[in-house]
Amino acid sequence: MNSPRIPLLLALAATGACAASAADFSPAIVYDFGGKFDRSFNQSASVGAERFKKETGIAVHEFEIQNASQREQIMRQFARRGASIIVAVGFTQASAVETVAKEYPDVKFAVIDGLVDLPNVESINFREQESSFLCGMAAAMASKTGSVGFVGGMDIPLIRKFALGYRAGVAYVNPKDEVFENMTGTTPAAWTNPSEGSELAKSQFGRGADVVFHAAGATGIGVMQAAADAGLLSIGCDSNQDYLHPGSVLTSAVKRVDVAVYTVFTEARAGTWKAGPRVLGLAEDGVDYSLDEYNRKLVTPEMEKRLNQAKADIIAGKISVPEYKAP
Amino acid sequence: MKPADKLPRWAEFGLLPAINLCAALLISGAVIRLIGESPWAAFKLMAAGAFGAQDSIGYTLFYATDFVFTGLAVAVAFHAGLFNIGGEGQAYVGGLGVGLVCLAFGSCSPWLVIPLAIASGCAFGAAWAFVPGWLQARRGSHIVITTIMANFIASALMTYLLVNVLIKPGQQSPETREFGPGAAMPPVHELLARIGISFAPSPFNMASLLALVACALVWAFLWRTRWGYALRVVGQNPQAAVYAGISPERTIMVAMTISGGLAGCLAVNELMGSQHRILLDFPGGAGFVGIAVALMGRNHPVGILAASLLFGALYQGGSQLSFDMPHVNRDMVILIQGLVILFCGALENVFRAPLAALLRPRAARPSP
Repeated sequence: MNSPRIPLLLALAATGACAASAADFSPAIVYDFGGKFDRSFNQSASVGAERFKKETGIAVHEFEIQNASQREQIMRQFARRGASIIVAVGFTQASAVETVAKEYPDVKFAVIDGLVDLPNVESINFREQESSFLCGMAAAMASKTGSVGFVGGMDIPLIRKFALGYRAGVAYVNPKDEVFENMTGTTPAAWTNPSEGSELAKSQFGRGADVVFHAAGATGIGVMQAAADAGLLSIGCDSNQDYLHPGSVLTSAVKRVDVAVYTVFTEARAGTWKAGPRVLGLAEDGVDYSLDEYNRKLVTPEMEKRLNQAKADIIAGKISVPEYKAP
Repeated sequence: MKPADKLPRWAEFGLLPAINLCAALLISGAVIRLIGESPWAAFKLMAAGAFGAQDSIGYTLFYATDFVFTGLAVAVAFHAGLFNIGGEGQAYVGGLGVGLVCLAFGSCSPWLVIPLAIASGCAFGAAWAFVPGWLQARRGSHIVITTIMANFIASALMTYLLVNVLIKPGQQSPETREFGPGAAMPPVHELLARIGISFAPSPFNMASLLALVACALVWAFLWRTRWGYALRVVGQNPQAAVYAGISPERTIMVAMTISGGLAGCLAVNELMGSQHRILLDFPGGAGFVGIAVALMGRNHPVGILAASLLFGALYQGGSQLSFDMPHVNRDMVILIQGLVILFCGALENVFRAPLAALLRPRAARPSP
């Protein structure tokens, strides 16, 4: 029974310096409704937390939110129990972060997809419209029918941001292409309803679309399944989802929430963490389109060339991608 | 229920629910053991999480307040023979009523805003429930179907309003701006602080008093007024009601309106007591938990109070459990809550017959 523990002890002893700071540094992360295994947004955050855990050996405290009142309660508890930094994942958490961060000015906070203007909060936002633009271009280039689809989770500003960028990308390649846009629902179940996602994708295929992009969390799993079943193409979201259906997933609009979480933890530990807004786009490698062994055959060299050109142009400011602004 | 299975009152309201609860916890314990944690430690954490500290108690009572409102809503409809599944939507729309008043008059005196907001929340919830009530009474559309549909319409309406109309300008999250200072339901810890008792901060607020008042009013209405009598007669036998000169149609609409008004009060607790803004999906399933609460509380205000307290404790204790035991994630907590609902609500008759047989006086037992 004792034998497996000895290497562990040795490892701890070897990284004595780390162990000492591990005792002081206590990071925490609060996931949103989707849960840490949504294969998309929250999971991406959890990948970042896992990476930090693995590389430093420091335990990361985690919590998955179940109802709205829990947010403040849990953040307060993390703060009270001596968390060094608390990362809140998702736009819905911004107001809770604002309340709790005021009560605990010595604790560091970071909110992803939200904006909180306090001296101890870092607000990380992504330019999702830029990766959506590239995915729109890829969809338009890959489409044979001249119509493509978009399945969103809920009709909220964040998802409109994806949709607007996607439309602009499609129009950039072929202004005449038609874009079908559907939202899944109006309840939180909209993010966790693969069967509805699959139905929406099928209806868009029925109307002639042959590529469909989802920005719908776990609902997107159904969208991608429907595309794979129909022998058509889908585009993943947030995490790199190319591996889910090799040969059917054209690309993914990757949002490097994992890098953001990892960076926040690392900087906080090193003492270089800074409060304030941080916006991550193509230029900062915060968002991108994915290209790996699973979709290599789907993205032709011409497509890749054009996408990379557009990417460079967006970074250089030659292409301006429209950004959805809430009313 | 067969007449032979009738239990003495103490067994009906005390022993039987306790046995059901134990059975649910036994199976939950087995599952917790399966994933490699100690069930004993888990239940201890849960109990301590619900009642172990002042703020835990505050949160437990805060959640319980939600469930009292939705539980009463289900119970009133149930006494009229109606299964109101629409508490969630009625509470959501009630939140619109509460929120609009709070946004408009938030800077006025609380003495004006609070009664106005309560009335407005009730009115909005009641109006939302009246529609299925009217459809049931006048058109025969089944209340279960129409209230479920109304839930979806409510969330579509609220999402639309929050995203396009009420959203605080210049932000991502579909939420309104914060209510003014006059629109806050006074938290209990602040009131206690005024009389010199220090109590840890929590969202536990004066809406809980409103919940107690609602319990008393519902009891008085159902068992001490002619309208309440009419409502119960319609629930038990609509033909007899007609014979007695009671209009079932009218009674159904009245019952649903009251039911919706009670559900709408949830928003007073959630929005004025805790969130101080309207946000997406703030009822968070409390409308559905209300069904379980009413079932478990035998549709009686006292039973509903007790059941709400249990579910409040399960919510708060459960969240504490998954906070302290990383292996017990939120799905596990939902499983425990689900088992309690299953045993106390749906399977309550499993132990009834054996218990009745056991408790029946020997002489009264039918000879074989």
